[in-house]
Amino acid sequence: MISPSDFITIPFDDAVNSFVHGFLVPYFRPFFRALQVPVNELLMAINQLFTVVPMLVTTAVFALLSWRLAGRTMAIVTFLGFCFIDMIGLWPETMTTLSMIITSVLFCAIIGIPVGILVARSDIGWKIVRPILDIMQTVPSFVYLVPIVMLFGVGRAPGIIATIIFALPPIVRMTNLGIRNVRGDLIEACESFGATSWQILWEVQFPLALRTVMAGLNQTLMLALSMVVIAALIGAEGLGGIVNTGLGRLDVGLATAGGVGIVILAIVLDRITQGLAEGRNGNLSLRRALMTFFRGQSPDRSSDPDTLSGREKAA
Amino acid sequence: MRYTALMSVKVKVESVSKLFNDERGEGLKRLAQGQSKERIFRETGVTVGINEVSFDVNEGEIFVIMGLSGSGKSTLVRTLNGLIPPTSGKILIDGTDVASCDKKTLRNVRREKISMVFQHFALFPHKTVAENVAFGLKVKGVDKDRRRDEAMKALEKVGLDAHADTLPGSLSGGMQQRVGLARGLANDPQILLMDEPFGALDPLIRREMQDELLVLQKELKKTIVFITHDLNEALLLGDRIAIMKDGAFVQVGTAQDIVSEPADDYVRAFVADIDRSRVYTASDIALDAHRVPLTGTVADARKAMEAADTEILHVVKDGVPAGLLTLADIKDIKPQERVMNVMHAHPPTVPQDAYLNEIYSEAQAGMPLAVTDDDGKLVGVVEPGSIFTHLANEEEATEDAAETSTSEDTQETKAKTQAAEPA
Repeated sequence: MISPSDFITIPFDDAVNSFVHGFLVPYFRPFFRALQVPVNELLMAINQLFTVVPMLVTTAVFALLSWRLAGRTMAIVTFLGFCFIDMIGLWPETMTTLSMIITSVLFCAIIGIPVGILVARSDIGWKIVRPILDIMQTVPSFVYLVPIVMLFGVGRAPGIIATIIFALPPIVRMTNLGIRNVRGDLIEACESFGATSWQILWEVQFPLALRTVMAGLNQTLMLALSMVVIAALIGAEGLGGIVNTGLGRLDVGLATAGGVGIVILAIVLDRITQGLAEGRNGNLSLRRALMTFFRGQSPDRSSDPDTLSGREKAA
Repeated sequence: MRYTALMSVKVKVESVSKLFNDERGEGLKRLAQGQSKERIFRETGVTVGINEVSFDVNEGEIFVIMGLSGSGKSTLVRTLNGLIPPTSGKILIDGTDVASCDKKTLRNVRREKISMVFQHFALFPHKTVAENVAFGLKVKGVDKDRRRDEAMKALEKVGLDAHADTLPGSLSGGMQQRVGLARGLANDPQILLMDEPFGALDPLIRREMQDELLVLQKELKKTIVFITHDLNEALLLGDRIAIMKDGAFVQVGTAQDIVSEPADDYVRAFVADIDRSRVYTASDIALDAHRVPLTGTVADARKAMEAADTEILHVVKDGVPAGLLTLADIKDIKPQERVMNVMHAHPPTVPQDAYLNEIYSEAQAGMPLAVTDDDGKLVGVVEPGSIFTHLANEEEATEDAAETSTSEDTQETKAKTQAAEPA
């Protein structure tokens, strides 16, 4: 049987090797090194915070957040879960993982939301960005671990950069979707009052897209969590490191302990961000989300449709 | 209200066309050659949205553009504030051509001169009612306290100040559109564009809103371009009405013009089943009033009746109707008797701009109605029977109105139709 390889063979792997070794690494390594400086700084600051603050205070803060955004049951689950993590002796690793996740999600938001807004306003932009997002989501993360190690070295910051690549697509997609789904007549109304495109974005599009953006943030967070173990392969430590160690030593107990820690962290973070995304009332703005947070209830529950129409009839 | 031509022109539209999918300009060329909309679409795929439309809207006038869906009326109104740029033509808003000006000028026109009310309200669901109303001011950069004051003032006008701090989602449709109206008014624009503002409301609320708009307009005197697909609404609200079909105006005129002289079968079909009693006013069907002064004698009255060949006289004092006198009343009365002693005091009186449906109840007593102008002076008389004849007999009504509207060149009510009406 004849096949094309009988005539032409392409040394694809050699080409990639020479591109990375001969071009990227010698010329761009300083550039990539510089890239991880802000990541490192932020990570250190957050990690420092979680190290300094006593375990019980951190737990209390997260329990309070859960209570306001996800209900009382979730607050109890958070409290017990965090206590359990402490009792099985994984508190410092959990805090390392948590600070890595917060760092990578923050960077995803900082990069992803503006990109999402930009591509929502330009169809050409979306056509360019969409296949890139598809590639980011489909390429197995192990594939880019190697070049990342070559360019960034090993440690937490390269782990976070791998996580950012993996977790970025949902927030870009959802921001784009949220902005595009804002009703056309609302945009027309804005324009008819002489709003600039910046005013339209800030006053109407972004606030109305916020729920969808928050849903994207939630997905990004979940993806970031799922990268914890993989990032640990390149020395990112934390709970992922525990799992890897357990794996290496065939220590079932240790691996399970690390896994349980990740699961508890995932549940708590998921519920808190979902609470942020859904809010308690139909339309959420940042201000109202904060009001909801501090009052523990919808800011204008008194004016829901039923009571209002009742009042109308009475009047 | 027909004499608006004397007032200044606020919106001037000069042969505006809008073609969709016409990147190569082929459609515009063919349109200029006079090819039909269908042919252009068939041969080039270009949709003609608006076809060479020209009109003026005068200051303080409600100009209604009426057409069915797909007639291009919504596209046309959007060209007026530049939401949809026209393919060709000029649109002068207070002298500024919004079809050709740069973005900044257009923004300023929108901020200062023109605002819009939308069919589906288009309220911002995440902002409170007051914030919605203040949006135009916020965009302009007005500071927070003044914004709030102005918003509250606008909300008071539409009677919703009590709901200022609720979210619009919790209001009923009618209330939401009031908010939309208040938002349009808060900027204090001279021109208000209303794109089927009451189309999404149920009929009762719609009637209420129409009346309210008329009341508001008496006070505010904005220049309003009002889009509707409902002819009754057009006739009720419009000082002038344009009937639009296939992107072009079929007829432009007052409600009476449209009803009495439909330009073609298309308009005639529309007009066929409208409520005439809401179109014609008392002055449209009034006859010449014959009068005798309050200080006159019965002899004067007899003379006046003979001279005018009538059996009914209005007794007037300084031009204001004070009583009614019929031939039967003075038959057996001495000629020297004063008319004030034999007349019927307090004659039924209606204002000249009252619609026929508003004077039914007055007419039921069977007495002739005195028609008065804004100062209460007698300008004409309406026979109760003629109201119903006018509404019932379309042919006759059409002729009457035609004559009335053509002969009417002063504010005084003429009654050339006298001969046609049985006294």
